[in-house]
Amino acid sequence: MPKVTIDGETIEVPGGITVLQACELAGKEVPRFCYHERLSVAGNCRMCLVEMEKSPKPVASCAMPIAEGQVIKTNTPLVKKARNGVMEFLLINHPLDCPICDQGGECDLQDQSMAYGNGQSRFKENKRAVPDKEIGPLVKTTMTRCIHCTRCVRFATEVAGAEELGAVFRGEHMEIDTYIEKALTSELSGNIVDLCPVGALTSKPYAFNARPWELRKTESVDVFDALGASIRVDARGGEVLRVLPRLNEETNEEWIADKSRHAVDGLKRQRLDRPYVRKDGKLQPVSWSEALGAVAAKLKATPPGRIAAIAGDMADCEAMTALKDLMAAVGSPNLDCRQDGAKLDPSARASWLFNSTVAGIDEADAILLVGTNPRWESPVLNARIRRRYRAGGVKIAAIGPQVDLTYKYEYLGAGPTALSDLAAGKIGFAETLKAAKKPMLIVGLGALARADGAAVLAIARDIADRFGLVKDGWNGFNVLHTAAARVGGLELGFVPGAQGRDTLGILDGASKGEIDFVYLLGADEIDTNRLGKAFVVYQGHHGDRGAHRADVVLPGAAYTEKNATYVNTEGRVQQTRLAVFPPGEAKEDWKILRALSEAAGRKLPLDTIGQVRARMAAISPVFAKLDAAQPGTWAAFGKAGAVDGTPFASPISNFYMTDPISRASATMAACTETYLKGSAARTGTHG
Amino acid sequence: MSGGHGHVEQPASFAFSPENLAWAQKIIAKYPAGRQASAVLPLLDRAQRQHHNWLPRAAMDYVAGLLEMAPIRVYEVATFYSMFNLAPVGKWFLQVCTTTPCWLRGSDEVMAACERKLGIKGSGDASFLHSADGKFTVREVECLGTCVNAPVIQVNDDFYEDLDGPLTEKLIDALAKDAPPPKGSMKGRQGAMPEGGRTSLAGMAKAGGDK
Amino acid sequence: MLEDKDRIFTNLYGDGDWGLTGARARGDWDGTRELILKGRDWIVKEMQDSGLRGRGGAGFPTGMKWSFMPKTTPDGKPLDGRPHYLVVNADESEPGTCKDREILRHDPHKLVEGCLLAGVAMGAHAGYIYVRGEFYNEASHLEIAVQQAYEAGLIGKNACGSGWDFDLYVHRGAGAYICGEETALIESLEGKKGQPRLKPPFPAGMGLYGCPTTVNNVETIAVAPTILRRGATWFTSFGRPKNAGTKLFCISGHVNKPCTVEEAMSIPLKELIEKHCGGVRGGWDNLLAIIPGGASVPVLPKSICDTVLMDFDALREQRSGLGTAAVIVMDKSTDIVKAIARLSRFYMHESCGQCTPCREGTGWLWRVMQRMVKGQAELPEIDMLEEVTRQIEGHTICALGDAAAWPVQGLIRHFRPEMEARIRNYKAALQVARAAAE
Repeated sequence: MPKVTIDGETIEVPGGITVLQACELAGKEVPRFCYHERLSVAGNCRMCLVEMEKSPKPVASCAMPIAEGQVIKTNTPLVKKARNGVMEFLLINHPLDCPICDQGGECDLQDQSMAYGNGQSRFKENKRAVPDKEIGPLVKTTMTRCIHCTRCVRFATEVAGAEELGAVFRGEHMEIDTYIEKALTSELSGNIVDLCPVGALTSKPYAFNARPWELRKTESVDVFDALGASIRVDARGGEVLRVLPRLNEETNEEWIADKSRHAVDGLKRQRLDRPYVRKDGKLQPVSWSEALGAVAAKLKATPPGRIAAIAGDMADCEAMTALKDLMAAVGSPNLDCRQDGAKLDPSARASWLFNSTVAGIDEADAILLVGTNPRWESPVLNARIRRRYRAGGVKIAAIGPQVDLTYKYEYLGAGPTALSDLAAGKIGFAETLKAAKKPMLIVGLGALARADGAAVLAIARDIADRFGLVKDGWNGFNVLHTAAARVGGLELGFVPGAQGRDTLGILDGASKGEIDFVYLLGADEIDTNRLGKAFVVYQGHHGDRGAHRADVVLPGAAYTEKNATYVNTEGRVQQTRLAVFPPGEAKEDWKILRALSEAAGRKLPLDTIGQVRARMAAISPVFAKLDAAQPGTWAAFGKAGAVDGTPFASPISNFYMTDPISRASATMAACTETYLKGSAARTGTHG
Repeated sequence: MSGGHGHVEQPASFAFSPENLAWAQKIIAKYPAGRQASAVLPLLDRAQRQHHNWLPRAAMDYVAGLLEMAPIRVYEVATFYSMFNLAPVGKWFLQVCTTTPCWLRGSDEVMAACERKLGIKGSGDASFLHSADGKFTVREVECLGTCVNAPVIQVNDDFYEDLDGPLTEKLIDALAKDAPPPKGSMKGRQGAMPEGGRTSLAGMAKAGGDK
Repeated sequence: MLEDKDRIFTNLYGDGDWGLTGARARGDWDGTRELILKGRDWIVKEMQDSGLRGRGGAGFPTGMKWSFMPKTTPDGKPLDGRPHYLVVNADESEPGTCKDREILRHDPHKLVEGCLLAGVAMGAHAGYIYVRGEFYNEASHLEIAVQQAYEAGLIGKNACGSGWDFDLYVHRGAGAYICGEETALIESLEGKKGQPRLKPPFPAGMGLYGCPTTVNNVETIAVAPTILRRGATWFTSFGRPKNAGTKLFCISGHVNKPCTVEEAMSIPLKELIEKHCGGVRGGWDNLLAIIPGGASVPVLPKSICDTVLMDFDALREQRSGLGTAAVIVMDKSTDIVKAIARLSRFYMHESCGQCTPCREGTGWLWRVMQRMVKGQAELPEIDMLEEVTRQIEGHTICALGDAAAWPVQGLIRHFRPEMEARIRNYKAALQVARAAAE
């Protein structure tokens, strides 16, 4: 550990860090624009200059490696003068249009000019004007404000793997641009708005909506995929205005996907804000008591074996607990949280978790992707794989969709045949897995949500066993879920009871007239045509597919409108927080079920959220511990059997529209237009 | 980084001629395996030569493909270096050096002669000035590294040195007739030797003496 | 005055054949094998003893620079598997400078042979010569010379029969002064924009393709074979201590006969001009000022030029520099403010744009300087201009920031009264015009 002296104080710091990092460890604030912990060092803004003994010039602390005996000064007149000078240069061509700039109030340049600005400009010449760029539906550009820190370029190149942004031309004419008026082909593009230290890149959908000080900030968890990214929900009045990432080293670090960030305008559209009952073939608004009465009456009138419930992909654990208990109370074993029919094995936790943990990707030296397109199923997790790839020393292979994942991989085949061949050691990558210290197998739902899913799962498990993926201190078997609700549902046992029907069984039963009552808890991604003549209750927040088929609609709360529990793909139990109240008469979901249970004469002993959560912990101790990945015990799972040759397909056909919220989002519609239909549409081939 | 802003009619595609492709492969082989991006400057230059002395975007994309580079990295390069013309130029591309050493020796008269002869008007910057017939393009450039033979104009690949107003007019007249004079000093001076006779290397004087 | 027998660049004016035959006749490629066989350490030692300082402008001792390259195995293999590279900087673009051009077009074999010997001294088996793109014809000569050397077995496998393998490649740039900065040159050679790298790491540790690399100026490399042949002592017999050797000087501007000439280091500036350039236009007393070392070094008024010696230390004492020994002479007819303003425009145009002080500061300097040319400014703005140069200087990634700052600083240091007079005159003229308008 080198010893360095910073402003007269000698401290020991870890080797290999930079002077800037050492200064931070010493509690010295060093201003910076271009430097960012998660990007390569550019050293171009020159704001972080410090004095270093034996160096005739001030040094850029972000780029200077720490060395034994260095004497650093961060608070001398020379340092102050140097930084004032840099600040003056940054400001001479900056428009100073803070009053009309969306970055105002959360602008690094604005903040640091308070400390280092002159207060008055000596620059009498004309300021530079730079044409704005068109880089897609999410990022608004005001390039005259750009200070050329190149954070966005480095993010696109390094993290997002969309090497499309550059600094073209030179000198004072240098401009950040794609050069070809092209939307950035990345599912992570919104992050460049957060990275931009000035107002050059701002959120296009959020443009001129609010000032940061007007916003109520609520820490929460993302539910648009199964990563469970930490987010902050910014709201004003009853309206969610934007979502930003929150730092969480174990999941999303400080990124979020564009859908997580920008689908929130969907929270304002097509909302179910009052109960409805279908009368004369049309859904008519009714009172809560009438709606609940109608459901309760039907529930009482239906034999338990003809009652069923399906939980959708955004259902929270509290609601699923209440619904599960209600189903138990009425005596129905027909319930499932796997609306896609995935052959996940509820009996063994290790069979459905991302056991290596997301952070475990950083250590993996071999990664096999099976039936997944992680770029669409969890863009932030995919970026982590990409970072691992860029660090070198990892071999990546894929069986399933052959798409541009932003890193190179060996393509082994399209479907189960390749997987079987690999298990049989017929493919060279088997040796790679065997030789690896920390091999990972990542199975996507594209491999499991199919008729032969259980057999595919069995082969995957076989591979894990055979090639040593599970060993002391390392479990390389991973399922990458797409649904935020799924792991929670499995933890709660929201699966068929003895002799119960699973999702397919329920739909089969409904279409054959064997199921008469189906409760859809936010389940929209099912084939509603197969619900036959069943009486359908839809509880959820959007007038989407499920609600359209429903006989009774019970308006619930979206994830920003309730304190609710979700379990991410690693088995990490996390909670959302209420940022705004549900619209109109809509209610928190577990409360709806609690009310229904009473109306149906099966009153659940769940009067407070505390009681619900105690009940959850009673079902699974996992729920007693928040915010930590909780691994499962390796056990037998899967069911050996025949597989068919149909290629694995990702469950996601359009990243931007996967659920009721994003389908209601105008921003996501614009992205769909741009990226899937427009000129930037992908070819689907791996580059 | 030349003439990039504003709309330019772009060809839809570009590909090297078989000869240039073979040449490109030889150039790529000069650099270690996996370092083929090193060839980007020579290949862009060759593409420009093949394409009437300007570099369309299709050629940048083509070179990016050939060198397995992200196109944006090639755009960055093409817009950074001053020798890539991003818009069409005339058959005779006159780059007039106006940096201080040339300016001290009369580059103003050289520019004035260009303006007079070609009906153009310079604006004291690096913009491209085209003659009405499109045959000539004139641009003020920075130091060409021939300061003891100042002032100088680079015409396509060749330097014309020791110019003044009248000699510049003479040069343009010759170019207009597609009969460029021999490159080098327009005054007939030998290389960088002092005009009128050497002060060193007497023993090296060629038979026939100094020019 | 240097005698012809002690001149290294005997084909400076292109009198003879620049090809291999001519080069051999001038003594090049003579005993190269034996020089190689004396070994890396001997070459480095001899270069250190010769006192040669880099001819590209910074004047860093060449032998010492070569000694920074990592050691190799006895048979010349890199210890950590990373090859070593020699890179020659032929991106000659510093205004006033046109000496390397003469080597490239008239004496390219001196450079080729120098590359081989420098390669041996660095443990490098490959070298790249980066020639500025505008030197199309010069690069063509060099390419032919390289080809000739390959065909004659002088370079390539078992170069000169010495057992040393050495490949040499010519790489043309595409128009960017900044690529004369060694790390920008390396970036450019790797196929990127020529943006200087942060140091550390230094090229000797991590340069071209992440491998140990030394970048040397053309003239530095081209004089090496002669130094090694004739000995360090011969070289040190010219110039003052620490400023040894002979040097190519390019004298441009207001002299009667601008030229490039090889002279002994430490020659008095006045003698250089009087002997080789036919004197200042209109006579020495008509001299206004001289930029002694290329555009980036501060201008010197006549009073200093009268006596100053042309070497690193003498010019540094006068707060200027030898730079590339490109002497830009300005007589009394010169609008000195405009001459320097034009250099400000040069630096603005050539700034790579990477770091803030240079990207923003060079344009600011140019714009203020434009006003200073007319006198359209306030008197305190002279001090402000000075301050702006200080805010650039020493705060940038590379030395271009300093290079942009120094000419303006030199102008203010020596010609402030002239600048002030213009401002006053402009104001006076304005008042007259206003009065006339009323």
